[in-house]
Amino acid sequence: MGQFAYFPHTPEDIRAMLEKVSLRSLEDLYGDVPEEFVRKEEYDLPEALSEEEVRARFAELSARNVPMKVFVGAGAYDHYAPSVIPYLLSRSEFLTAYTPYQCEISQGTLRYIFEYQSMICSLTGMDVSNASMYDGPTAAAEAMMMAMASTRKKTRVLLSGALLPGVIKVVSTYAKFHGVEIGMVPAMGGQTCINCLKAELSKGDVAGVIVPSVNRYGIVEDHTGFADAVHAEKALLIEYCDPSALAVVKTPAEWGADIAVGDGQPLGIPLTYGGPYVGFMAVRKEHLRKMPGRIVGQTVDRDGKRAFVLTLQAREQHIRREKATSNICSNQSLMALYVTVYLSLMGADGLKKVNEISASGAKYLHDRLLATGKFEEAFPGKPFLKEFALRPLVPVDRLQEKLLEAGYFAGLQIEEGILTFCVTERRTKEEVDGLVSIIGEV
Amino acid sequence: MKYYDKLIFELSAEGRTGYSIPKNRFPAAGPLPEALRREEAPLLPQVSEIDVVRHYTNLSQMNFGVDTGFYPLGSCTMKYNPKINEEIANLPAFAGIHPLQPEKTVQGVLEVYYEMERMLAEITGMKAFTFNPCAGAHGELTGLMVMRSYHLSRGDGKRTKVIVPDSAHGTNPASAAVCGLEVVVVKSKENGRIDVNDLKPLLDDTVAGIMMTNPNTLGLFETEIREIAALVHAAGGLLYYDGANMNPLMGVVRPGDMGFDIMHLNLHKTFSTPHGGGGPGSGPVGVAAYLEPYLPLPKVVRNDDGTFSVLQDGNLSAGKVSGFMGNFGVILRAYTYLLMLGKENLRKVGELSVLGANYVKESLKDLYKLPIEGVCKHEFVFDGLFNDGAHDDVHGATTLDVAKRLLDFGFHAPTIYFPLLFHQALMIEPTETESKETLDAFIAVMREIAREAAEDPAILQDAPHNAPVRRPDETTAARNPILKFTDSKPCE
Amino acid sequence: MSKIMEGLLYSESHEWVKVEDGLAVIGVSDFAQKEMGEITYVDMPEVDDEIGKGETFGALESVKAASDLYSPVSGVVVEVNEELQDAPEKVNEDAFENWIIKVRMNDEGELADLMDAAAYKAMIGE
Repeated sequence: MGQFAYFPHTPEDIRAMLEKVSLRSLEDLYGDVPEEFVRKEEYDLPEALSEEEVRARFAELSARNVPMKVFVGAGAYDHYAPSVIPYLLSRSEFLTAYTPYQCEISQGTLRYIFEYQSMICSLTGMDVSNASMYDGPTAAAEAMMMAMASTRKKTRVLLSGALLPGVIKVVSTYAKFHGVEIGMVPAMGGQTCINCLKAELSKGDVAGVIVPSVNRYGIVEDHTGFADAVHAEKALLIEYCDPSALAVVKTPAEWGADIAVGDGQPLGIPLTYGGPYVGFMAVRKEHLRKMPGRIVGQTVDRDGKRAFVLTLQAREQHIRREKATSNICSNQSLMALYVTVYLSLMGADGLKKVNEISASGAKYLHDRLLATGKFEEAFPGKPFLKEFALRPLVPVDRLQEKLLEAGYFAGLQIEEGILTFCVTERRTKEEVDGLVSIIGEV
Repeated sequence: MKYYDKLIFELSAEGRTGYSIPKNRFPAAGPLPEALRREEAPLLPQVSEIDVVRHYTNLSQMNFGVDTGFYPLGSCTMKYNPKINEEIANLPAFAGIHPLQPEKTVQGVLEVYYEMERMLAEITGMKAFTFNPCAGAHGELTGLMVMRSYHLSRGDGKRTKVIVPDSAHGTNPASAAVCGLEVVVVKSKENGRIDVNDLKPLLDDTVAGIMMTNPNTLGLFETEIREIAALVHAAGGLLYYDGANMNPLMGVVRPGDMGFDIMHLNLHKTFSTPHGGGGPGSGPVGVAAYLEPYLPLPKVVRNDDGTFSVLQDGNLSAGKVSGFMGNFGVILRAYTYLLMLGKENLRKVGELSVLGANYVKESLKDLYKLPIEGVCKHEFVFDGLFNDGAHDDVHGATTLDVAKRLLDFGFHAPTIYFPLLFHQALMIEPTETESKETLDAFIAVMREIAREAAEDPAILQDAPHNAPVRRPDETTAARNPILKFTDSKPCE
Repeated sequence: MSKIMEGLLYSESHEWVKVEDGLAVIGVSDFAQKEMGEITYVDMPEVDDEIGKGETFGALESVKAASDLYSPVSGVVVEVNEELQDAPEKVNEDAFENWIIKVRMNDEGELADLMDAAAYKAMIGE
């Protein structure tokens, strides 16, 4: 057997090290393991490949993926990613570091997390943000558990039926095991129904309510009166947001929410078949001590220099163990850096432009699709940004097959009889026109 | 490392931009109704591209990674992160794929999931894996959901307790609590292993299972695992394996063969993917054959014709635990690693990681307290210096002081004050990718630090001496939290 | 060696109780604050919360630890020491002066289960 590039030991090194530990062979290192558990059979695994062979293997796999023009959002959006980001993220000081436990040699990580927290607070209008969560849906599940922990002895959490289906499923899974009863608040006319919400609240025992800022149909929801109704029952209002849209839409803070959660993916993170993305959570100051996850704070060092540390750790699993707010440990730190660099480059102005171009493209596509006569409006007159919903008047299967053949991923069936389309600033006018003409042929 | 004291916000000037996006080629959509618009633009930096590049380059230079130097952080398996992994993960043919794309357009992606599942099943002795959990703790929670789903599906609703050793990672009891299970602690014996006599009376028909890591957090193999497995199974409970400590068993021992029913792996530890300063990780969960129907969905399956599909529904499934199918980018890296490693190098991962740990332990145990003698696995725990400052000896240096002094010599510190069984715990894990020269250099420094501690402990107590900052005041940080830029001020 | 105040009642989990105007004034002992080190936060219940004897009503937090507070009596919280919100260090400065909550007791008989200063002193072995 030849030497392997990731193991630096020479045969002489191994001999000398074994001698130091007074053992004869590498097998002896497992002398305490019951004989029956030491595997004698060969593993059924492929033989080692060289780098060139690995590249060839991936060329083969890549060829089995069909590149598509993406006109679907539903929780993952094809926004533009500045070239600076992958370049900076590949710096090994960021990439190959662990969690910043030794703050003296982790000021880089700690500072960008502090910047990230600041930016999430700016976007949401909330007082404090944590250092990140896994993704949007799990952040919503964590918010549900936080609402339970904050409002003693309550048993229910309400979810809007206009939340993305994936969010509802993940929150419901966590709820089932955490011992939380889920109540659904239906959408009426494409928006979470406030009278239905009030009716559910009046049944009592509600710890929290999760509603979408921009919902599964792409509609920007009006939450007038939501916070008052929810707070009257001493429950927490949780807003599920698209952080990119927050550059223009009313913030969770402005709606009176207690917790804001969502997925940071729309901030330029590549689609990569669903991950890694990054969940975010920000809360009002009074809920800080119940917030899950890591938090970075500013302080001074022995010489009076500004320094950053992981703080308020007494909330966390490594100290509280079974009494912790959450079990989260590793989060998605590098993706938080992604978001931080993205927001630094884009600024409020760039983000606003992204919204304007996307919304213009979406409006254009929306109107052109209606003009084909193959659709009718799902929710007439409701305001939307980059994503919208239509009711197809032609068979969905035939439509999707035709689109697929032409290399378009568009018209996702978000629920029975409703298709959603999404246009980001990456879609050209030619692509949009192309999509319309293919649909016209169906 | 040099100190750099800017925040990106402090470089901001009205009118600067760092982006480049196309002009709007569509008719302008017009603004949202006023009631739905935010009042003020968010406070974000206004900086040019070079400002951003320099700022984050400067920040990176205050960071220590595996590529910077030796990182013996116990329980974290800070092995080398191969660069081909990064190259592959950034391939456009994967990066541009939407997670909801039709199956026939993502066959390459699905094949990676399928192949990865087969390889992990072979390495661990499990039957099937889900890749949906995004980190180790997320995997633990998912595994416990599978465990509860199994009991509940059999009408066994009273099994609400989970047994966790006192030496366990903090995530174990926390995951159990999140999953609605009550935690019962089983004690360790003098020799650091689970006390089987303490375990026996805990086992009854209210126990859902036990969570263990083997080797445990002291780096010691649980030699009575056969008895423990038999007892737990006889009581109707399941065995959960915390894969944080899988590295020493690679190619030598399979959790499935030891009787474990459910386990998670940390791809960002054992399978060489970079930790990214705290994630993204990936915590796939493997189960024995009889538990496969309880795994979360969606999940990739292979059809008879050799194509791949995504299974969306199943009556017994625990449910959906993340937005899509986990951190695919991380899974790609780990798959690349396994292709490079191959079956001929698998066993060396385990052996060399164990050899390195024992070598360091034997080379230092005359100067640092080794509470439990004998062969360790991939890591071991010292209980501080012989003349430590934990007690009334005011001149002594503590484990914290040793850790901080190590930074001056260009090493990352070991994990400190964990596990909780000892007061001055110093947990060292070298991994298989460190050379004898690196380990020798570390040993020499640890010996030098012990000498300094004996002769002039102030050197340790004042350490680090040449890091960008020195012992930030954590008490003030916690008492008066400053958690965002608008509350921050640079130092005078 | 920690301070022990005569005339107070003590629990095994290191809370002290003083009966004042028919209310149970509850704090933590000097021994407990010393064990915690620098206290960074005192988690307290809300006024009108009902608490049971032996139940947790809050926690003390330091940078690297958290310790739950257990109520020595059952009753309703009538006042919490707001000063500790912004100045948790007061518990370190004087654990007896700086009470945490006041409780209207359901059953004064529960006080009989607590230790006097001498018994508490013996328990902590000082």
